[in-house]
Amino acid sequence: MSDTLERVRKIVIDHLDADPDKVTEKASFIDDLGADSLDNVELVMAFEEEFDIEIPDDAAEHIQTVGDAVKFIDEKTAG
Amino acid sequence: MRRVVITGIGLVTPLGWGVEHSWRNILDGKSGAGQITVFDTEGYGCTIACEVPSVDGRGGGGPDTPGSFDPDQIMSAKDRKRVDDFILFAIAAADEALADANWKPESTEDQEATGVMIGSGIGGLGPIADTAIVLKEQGPRRVSPFFIPSALINLASGQVSIRHGLKGPNHSVVTACATGAHAIGDAARMIALGDADVMVAGGAESAIVPVGIAGFLACRALTTSFNDAPEKASRPYDRDHDGFVMGEGAGILVLEEYEHAKARGAKIYAEVAGYGMSGDAYHITAPSEDGEGGYRAMQMALKQAGMQASDIDYVNTHGTSTMADWIELKAIERVLGDHAKNVSLSSTKSMIGHLLGAAGAVEAAFCALAIRDQTAPPTINLDDPEHETAIDMVRDKGKARKIDVAVSNSFGFGGTNACLILKSVS
Repeated sequence: MSDTLERVRKIVIDHLDADPDKVTEKASFIDDLGADSLDNVELVMAFEEEFDIEIPDDAAEHIQTVGDAVKFIDEKTAG
Repeated sequence: MRRVVITGIGLVTPLGWGVEHSWRNILDGKSGAGQITVFDTEGYGCTIACEVPSVDGRGGGGPDTPGSFDPDQIMSAKDRKRVDDFILFAIAAADEALADANWKPESTEDQEATGVMIGSGIGGLGPIADTAIVLKEQGPRRVSPFFIPSALINLASGQVSIRHGLKGPNHSVVTACATGAHAIGDAARMIALGDADVMVAGGAESAIVPVGIAGFLACRALTTSFNDAPEKASRPYDRDHDGFVMGEGAGILVLEEYEHAKARGAKIYAEVAGYGMSGDAYHITAPSEDGEGGYRAMQMALKQAGMQASDIDYVNTHGTSTMADWIELKAIERVLGDHAKNVSLSSTKSMIGHLLGAAGAVEAAFCALAIRDQTAPPTINLDDPEHETAIDMVRDKGKARKIDVAVSNSFGFGGTNACLILKSVS
């Protein structure tokens, strides 16, 4: 498991009070983990803080799953 | 007009979580005041308040102290990010009031006939101040998406409606320290006029935060001489009063149309018989010196109730432990006339402090309980009365007596006055 995935999972579990077993790469914040649109905003803010990156609003709209977040963060931090 | 009765009560006060905890401590004359625990008061002229005793140690509470407020029993830590404490207190008190009323609307018809009217004096003052700091130090992108919904005053009504599926009128009141009384009076009118059959009504406040204390200190409204003796600080009608003690919490009543309550065999505490309102048109923080605004509110409530002053048994005053106490007392004497000697009076703020927007609702609840138990709650710390009066000033402990009609006064900054009259239902 990649370091990014582990860190993203930890944030999601903490913020959504989610069952760790359900926080897989495919898990959708809203459909699978009980988040609403405001939770999604808060998650994106937490990712920004954890990885010291900026996630523009139009990119944030496409981060709907744990995997989406990992992919975006990996691309952003690779360069 | 349809008659409106009280069929449920819920309280979160500085004397405990739950109606019976709060009420027993009130009748025993206990003080809920202590040193402020929720922030460092270094440099503040007032270091004391009446905090809600909680399992985390706030307000002298603890996991083993009966009546301590336990937020985990109301909402998960995750969901609590969405609510400031005033909303949390409102939800807890509304849960208790609805359970007490045994009213769980499940049909569409019942849900649409049940509304919510919970107000607050200043709402989410804590999150507003905290967010201003985040904004200044970290910029706009760090502001929480939960900030606005946690701070808005009408979100107390919103959260309670969502939690219990209450789809009737959803409204809120903001009239400073008269909020709780106005919320109950206005909600009763909605029932009387047929907008709803049941209303969950009251007030909630959580302003024991740095800007709240500093702000009221700047208005010269808070006590500053009793930081070493907090339980002595709130002393309405006593010569040594020097300002109010800030309280927090929530008071919620279930109001119900009389026939609706009777048809389902609901327990009835009292009828909301009269409601009077007035404006001083005088000053932003001080009442007019002759108290004529409060006088007119009481007269309007009596008129609406179809009563004479001689019907009154007990008055729960606004009585905040400030110079305004005597102005109110004179106005009450003017209303009562020769009947003054037959009336018992107290300010329960001497024990729980001033709950601002929740005060009027908590005090209306105490009036309903006074009618239920035929016992007038006391004023504590009235050691050296500042003025003589013919009225029976109940001191230190609850006093058993006939109470068929109880009056509750609430006055707010801006010169807004409200008076509720409750009467027993035989």
